[in-house]
Amino acid sequence: MTSMERQQDYVMRTVEERGVRYIQLWFTDVLGIPKAFNITPAELENALAEGMTFDGSAIDGFSRVQESDVLARPDANTFQILPAAASSAPVARVFCDVYNVDGTEFEGDPRFVLKRQLKRAHEKGFSFFAAPEVEYFYFAGDGSSRPPQPLDHGSYFELTVADLAGDLRRRTVLTLEDMGIPVEYSQHEDAPSQHEIDLRYTDALTMADTVMTMRLVVKDIAQQAGVHATFMPKPLAGVQGSGMHTHFSLFEGDSNAFHDEGDEHQLSKVAKGFIAGLLTHACEITAVTNQWVNSYKRLIAGYEAPVYVSWARNNRSALVRVPVAKRGRPESARIEYRAPDPSCNPYLAFAVVLAAGLKGVEEGYELPPEAAANLYQMTPEERLAESITSLPGSLMEALTEMEKSELVAETLGEHVFEWFLRNKRAEWADYKSQVTPFELDRYLPLL
Amino acid sequence: MEPLLLHPDPAPPALAQALDLAGYPWKAAATADVAARVEPEDGWAGAIVCAHEDPEDAFALCRTLRKRDLPLEPLLLLVAGHQLADLELREDLFDDFCLWPFQPRELEARLKHLFWRTGRGTRPELVEYGPLVLNLETYQAAISGRPLDLTYMEYELLKFLATHPGKVFTRETLLSRVWGYEYYGGARTVDVHVRRLRAKLGNEHEQLIQTVRSVGYRFGQSRWSI
Repeated sequence: MTSMERQQDYVMRTVEERGVRYIQLWFTDVLGIPKAFNITPAELENALAEGMTFDGSAIDGFSRVQESDVLARPDANTFQILPAAASSAPVARVFCDVYNVDGTEFEGDPRFVLKRQLKRAHEKGFSFFAAPEVEYFYFAGDGSSRPPQPLDHGSYFELTVADLAGDLRRRTVLTLEDMGIPVEYSQHEDAPSQHEIDLRYTDALTMADTVMTMRLVVKDIAQQAGVHATFMPKPLAGVQGSGMHTHFSLFEGDSNAFHDEGDEHQLSKVAKGFIAGLLTHACEITAVTNQWVNSYKRLIAGYEAPVYVSWARNNRSALVRVPVAKRGRPESARIEYRAPDPSCNPYLAFAVVLAAGLKGVEEGYELPPEAAANLYQMTPEERLAESITSLPGSLMEALTEMEKSELVAETLGEHVFEWFLRNKRAEWADYKSQVTPFELDRYLPLL
Repeated sequence: MEPLLLHPDPAPPALAQALDLAGYPWKAAATADVAARVEPEDGWAGAIVCAHEDPEDAFALCRTLRKRDLPLEPLLLLVAGHQLADLELREDLFDDFCLWPFQPRELEARLKHLFWRTGRGTRPELVEYGPLVLNLETYQAAISGRPLDLTYMEYELLKFLATHPGKVFTRETLLSRVWGYEYYGGARTVDVHVRRLRAKLGNEHEQLIQTVRSVGYRFGQSRWSI
C-alpha cells in the first residue's frame, strides 16, 4: 500500500473498530469562523477518495456568482476522535481542503492560502514553525450582560480556592492534551477573568488547525459549565485586551535558520531579514492579523499591546520581540510577533507573517536599530526622529494600508483579497453609522 | 516474530521503509558470517536478498544460507528485470522472487504467501509492552485498557518505537523509517509528534518514550540497564 492508501485504510479501520457514529468534516471560512458538516461512516470512503460536494455560497467568502458547488476533501492525516463522555458513541473530526468541482484547489480556502505560502518557503529550503500564546476571557452566563460579567477577580499568577475559571482552564488543558495538543503553559492573566494558554510549537499548518481546535475546545468546555468564553480582542474597556503573541522560527533542514553563533546577538542574516520584512510590511498585514473593528481597541498605549513598529530583545512594548535564546540551545532561536489577536484567521495570519518575513529575507532588507527605551514614554517628536511609525489606528486605516499592498494581494490571492476588503469595508460602514454611548454621554449634556 | 535477514547492509531505504510500514521486523547483514553472528536465538524468520546491485555477491550469500544444516527459508529474492535469465538453474536458491523496483503491495502479498506456505513466522498481530497494546491488524492502540485516539502518524511512530523496545533511535532515523525519505519537515517533526504522543499517553505513561540526551528517543527500558 502507498502511504496515502495506508492513511485512508487507517481512518476507515479506526472508524469501524471504535464504532464512530459520525465524522465531522471541518474547514474554515475567510474570517476564520469554523464550519463543519457531518457525514456517516458509510459516506466516508467516498469522501476520502473523491471529497464531499457542498454549496459554497452558504460560506462567508466562498460564494461566487457562477458555480457555487465546491468539494471538501478530508486530510486523512488530521483524523482525530474527539474526547467525549465514555458512554456516548465516539465522534471524529477531520480537517478538509476545499477544491473546485473540476479538482483544482479552491482559491477561497484559507488553508490553501497558507499551504501555498509554506510551499514557497519550502522551495527556498525553509520550514516554518509557530507557537502562539492565546489569551481569552471567561464571562458569566451566556455573555449577554452589558458590560460582560467577569468570573473572578484573581490577578496574575494568583491561586484562589474554588476558582471556577481556573478549573475550566485546567479541564481545557487536559482535553487538549488528550487530543495530542501539548500545552506549554497556562496561567491567569492580568485582567479579571482573563486566561492564557501557550501552545507548544508545531509546523504552521498544524498550528493553524490547532488554533481552530483550541478555540472550539475552550468555548465548548466553558459552555458546558454555563460560562461564555470569548476571544474578542477587547471585551472590557480599561483593562488589557486579548492578544495572540506568536513565536515564529524558520528551519533549514535541522538547523535553526535564525541562529548565528558568530553574531553579537546570535541573530542570523535570515533572522534579521525576516524581522526587517515584518517591520516593513507590518502595517499592510495588520488588517489580516487584527481583522475586526474591536481589534483596534486593543492596539492602544498603556495595555502592553504593541502600537509602534519596532523590534527589541527585552522590551515588551516592541512589535517584534527577540527572546534571548538559551545558551547551548540554538534550536530555540525565534522571534515573537505581538500584533495578532486570537480572533484572527490563523491560516491567513500565519500566511501574511511568513510572506512579509520571507520578503525581507529574499530582498535582504536592512534591520533598523533596536528600540532602546520604552517607546510609550517617548514624545511624538522623539519617535519621529527615530523614524518609528505606528500600526494602523483603526480597521479603516488598516484596510487602506492593505489595499495598497502587493505583498498581501499576492499572498491571499485575488479571490480572498477582494472579498476580504469588501467584507471589512462593509463592517466599517456599519460601525460608522452607530451612535455610541460615548457620544451620548459626552455630547448630549453639552451640546 | 523474529526478524527477517536483509541483504545488503545498509538495506535499500525503500525496502526498509516498506517492511517497517508492513510491520515486519528486520536486521541487515552484509555477509553470511555477519548473518550467522547476529542471528536471533530462534533463528531468522526468513530472508530478503537484493540481487539487483551485486548479483554475484547476492547469489553467493543465498547459496551459503541454503547450505546450512538448517537451510534458511523462506528466502525472497529481489532482482532487476534484465536479470531474470540469471535465475535459471538457480531455482534452489530462493523460494520466490520479486522484481526491483518493487511495488510495496506486491512485496507484502508475496511475504504473506511465503510465510503461509512455510508455516512459520506470521506477522505479529499484537505488540505488547507493559501497559501498552497495539493491534497491527486493526491499527488500534490501548494503554492500561484505555483506547488511545491517535492520528495516523502518531500511530505509525508509536508502532515503530514499540516494535523496537529498548533501542535508541536518532531523530533522523525515525524520520526516514517512519515518515519516509521524501518527507521534508526535518527532525523537528519527530519532536512534535513525540510530544503529541506523550500528551496522549498522559502523565502516568509519558515516560514510555524517553528522551536520550543529544541522541534521540528510546521506547521503554534499555536492554542493558540494570
